[in-house]
Amino acid sequence: MTLSVNDVKRIADLAYIEINEHEAQATLGQLTDIFDLIETMQAVDTSTVEPMSHAQDVVQRLREDKVTESDQRDLYQSVAPQVEAGLYLVPKVIE
Amino acid sequence: MFNASLKQLSTQLAEKKISSVELTKAFLQRIEARNTEYNAFITVNEELSLAQAQVADQMIAAGQASQLTGIPIAQKDIFCAKGWLTTCGSKMLSNFVSPYDANVIERFNQIGAVNIGKTNMDEFAMGSSNETSYYGPVRNPWDVEAVPGGSSGGSASAVAARLAPAATGTDTGGSIRQPAALCGISGIKPTYGLVSRYGMIAFASSLDQGGPMAKSAEDLALMLGVMTGFDARDSTSLQRETEDYTRDLEKPLSGLRIGLPKEYFAKGMSKDVECAVEQALDEYRKLGAEMVEVSLPNSQLSIPVYYVLAPAEASSNLSRFDGVRYGHRAKSYGDLNDMYRKSRAEGFGAEVKRRILIGTYVLSHGYYDAYYIKAQKVRRLITQDFVDAFKQCDIMMGPTSPTVAFNIGEKSSDPIQMYLSDIYTSAASLAGLPGMSIPIGFGDKNRPVGLHIIGNYFTEAKMLNVAHQYQLVTDWHQRSPV
Repeated sequence: MTLSVNDVKRIADLAYIEINEHEAQATLGQLTDIFDLIETMQAVDTSTVEPMSHAQDVVQRLREDKVTESDQRDLYQSVAPQVEAGLYLVPKVIE
Repeated sequence: MFNASLKQLSTQLAEKKISSVELTKAFLQRIEARNTEYNAFITVNEELSLAQAQVADQMIAAGQASQLTGIPIAQKDIFCAKGWLTTCGSKMLSNFVSPYDANVIERFNQIGAVNIGKTNMDEFAMGSSNETSYYGPVRNPWDVEAVPGGSSGGSASAVAARLAPAATGTDTGGSIRQPAALCGISGIKPTYGLVSRYGMIAFASSLDQGGPMAKSAEDLALMLGVMTGFDARDSTSLQRETEDYTRDLEKPLSGLRIGLPKEYFAKGMSKDVECAVEQALDEYRKLGAEMVEVSLPNSQLSIPVYYVLAPAEASSNLSRFDGVRYGHRAKSYGDLNDMYRKSRAEGFGAEVKRRILIGTYVLSHGYYDAYYIKAQKVRRLITQDFVDAFKQCDIMMGPTSPTVAFNIGEKSSDPIQMYLSDIYTSAASLAGLPGMSIPIGFGDKNRPVGLHIIGNYFTEAKMLNVAHQYQLVTDWHQRSPV
């Protein structure tokens, strides 16, 4: 597999991380090395193997549909960058 | 006092030879005097620590003390603690005073332990040297030119330098065991699911597991008793009977079958580490254990698999840092997407960004099956290797890390070399098995060597027994660099 600078920029775009030309170039070299290492697992035959997503085979627990949390909005918003009247403020998204 | 075991401190507190306030002040003074040298702590808060110590003294006076009541414990800065700055080693959270407690913190608070401070760590636990921290590198107390290992490097350094009697850590691919080895202390990552992940800032959720770091196996057993237990707020927390992890400490080891994975002894291990490991195995032979060669044929794939799965999960987990609800927000930006992009570019360090990019790529359209699903399949093969090998032995041993601590800066520009530090620890993480490291001597430049002990699922008490018996006949765990 060969990565290009445009791939790096596209991934950074998907990950919502601003990246400049210089950083993209430097990252390309590192990611290429890392993917060379990752590629070594392709040599193993896994055609009959089930994917393992978790360390323990546990089923998702369910709980009753009832309120368990109290309202702590002010506390939780105390660490927010910008709030007003109980709302989180972000740049305008609708004209 | 600074070299005392948790049991000794507990006895002194119970007999009123010292109060928790006095003990806490002594450690705070020691941290103040020495932390500039090691950079092991990100946050120390005398007021909060002493308030907890006063409560502990009241509990002791009222006869409500349990074994760790009143004892100062250093908390890795990955655990949210109410009212404490909780940074996870990142600029992204450099302004985050947690509004709530992690389950692990709650558990220590409930029994009246004292939070003595938040320890330094690799940013978002991504690193094996503690050099990726926004708060600067931690230094190894055995040699300040050396790294302490990572990601729980601050906790390891703090315990080794006797700045705290014990500490918490977290381990995703080796982050408790490798720093414990490099700093000459003991550390255990329990079976996945035993310690709640609630309030433990997420890196790779299917691998992250909290655990204790301390001077000895006996201390680890006491710490583990506090840290483990079911928590409904962690979807992967296991419902099991409460265990006393000290119950088997004194059992003799005669007849113990120690599996030696041949792949871990084949190549890659440096001579000094090999020598120390062989000596430790000889000690186990004297204790009555027998050695069995076992094989983990897919173990060499654990690093490639880990570097698909952990970044994939990290890219998803770290998407929550968007500069809206908490954490860093860029000062100037255009529209909403620009705010996200700039806040994340400024808030995350280079290694964290690198892993987010790897994770984003392997989860992206067209690559998901080739990388993510493929890695999950190989993960099962790696796990099956352990299941098969444990049919022939009770426990496994090998080196924790291929070398002793390397110098600060030595590997920081070469991610691959850094990743290979966890070559022996990551397979057990992928399988969800418990792993442990104990000090077994010194290698090059008089830097510590650790023995890696891998147990079968839920055999922590047995592993602690195996470590404790060794520590009864050796004194490596009592050596201190200061």
